[in-house]
Amino acid sequence: MKYALFLGCTIPARSRQYELSARKVARKLGIELVDEEKFICCGFPVKSSDLKSAMVLGAYNIALAEKRGLDLCALCSSCTSALTEVAHHLAHDEEAKAEVNESLSRVGLTYDKGTKVRHFARVLYEEVGMEELKKHFTRSLEGLRVATHYGCHYLKPSEIYENFDQVEDPHTLDEMVALTGAAVVDYANKKRCCGGPVLPVDEKTSLAVAKEKLDDIVEAGANAINLVCPFCSVMYDSNQKGIETAFNASYNIPVLYLTQILGLAMGMDRKELGLNMNVVKTKEALAKYAGGE
Amino acid sequence: MADIDLTKADPKFKKDLAAQPGGEKIMACFTCRTCTASCPVSAVNSRFNPYRIIRMALYGLKEEVLQSDFIWLCSSCYACQERCPQGVSITDFMTLLKNMAIREGHAPSGIRAQRDLIKGQGRIYAIDEFDNKKRNKIDLPSLPTSCEVVKVLFPES
Repeated sequence: MKYALFLGCTIPARSRQYELSARKVARKLGIELVDEEKFICCGFPVKSSDLKSAMVLGAYNIALAEKRGLDLCALCSSCTSALTEVAHHLAHDEEAKAEVNESLSRVGLTYDKGTKVRHFARVLYEEVGMEELKKHFTRSLEGLRVATHYGCHYLKPSEIYENFDQVEDPHTLDEMVALTGAAVVDYANKKRCCGGPVLPVDEKTSLAVAKEKLDDIVEAGANAINLVCPFCSVMYDSNQKGIETAFNASYNIPVLYLTQILGLAMGMDRKELGLNMNVVKTKEALAKYAGGE
Repeated sequence: MADIDLTKADPKFKKDLAAQPGGEKIMACFTCRTCTASCPVSAVNSRFNPYRIIRMALYGLKEEVLQSDFIWLCSSCYACQERCPQGVSITDFMTLLKNMAIREGHAPSGIRAQRDLIKGQGRIYAIDEFDNKKRNKIDLPSLPTSCEVVKVLFPES
């Protein structure tokens, strides 16, 4: 298994623990992630202002991977959806492809057939598979009560994702978390958005959306949140303290990337997984499982 | 919210919308309000109401919609689009409205800033030497600290 690794903007600057743990987990599973330093923004943040430019950005990145003959693997759900949407769209629209290629010709690239785009979690679920994944686990996470947050763009819009999971009843993340021995906690409004994309427009509304979910998760008795997107992590981890202050609430619930949870089950220590870089402290909740600092 | 003033209506607006990506099936909306009921933003802020925005657009309230601050509250989560029984691409429709609003000169400063950053430096968060030091410290590879290719891709901006 070999993929061009698409990091996007947020992860290398703000979520290095995600990148670190994903690379560690990939290496353990024998997945080769190839770095392409020419990748730029996926286009997602430009969609609302200029759909055409967003498509050029997406197509540029896909064309780079295509040139190398590699499928794309992204860690961020928004990058995954923006790039998958472009690939989906250009596969069905020759006119749009010609227009995009006019822009790409200026940088010496051509978008021909494109390449397949997958989220890293999807690669783990579909390409590695549950049986193979379990073979690498050396430690049970029994006792950990995890609320999985799918977020939006890992699953939606469903028309671009070939039904690899079910939008109204998603299961892929739950299955992988349960495989570690951790309990998956069901909670109200599980499918709801983190509110992240509204943050640059209306902080109060954005935080209120995130607060609703934190309330539901804590009420259900979870002691950790699992997610697969750095935007969602900004809302629940980086902004958790701010939400507590703004709404006079108390959560103190660690927010873990799927790759950190899987890495723990693979016997990796705190530092290898960047657990010391999470904003909400993880040490106490994970003391039973992870050694070192 | 104030009453809707139909004397300001532009009857051509809905046809204009229906001719663009995201607006194709907008006229099929039969006001069931599944979108609003599914919306995580409407749940905490009643100023954002997708059903009402679609109605306003179909009534032709072009200026009121495009100049509004509420269209920018859509989080593009696709909950409405996935559930619309009439197959209206509501999230894509909101994106269309935002794109049109920008073309007419209306946009929150945060959105403009994001676009200008990306078209200027290729990413939202530029990587500097300090970032690369932090990356190298935990064995992550360095990333480029500048980006020329976006200026070639978008010569007009």
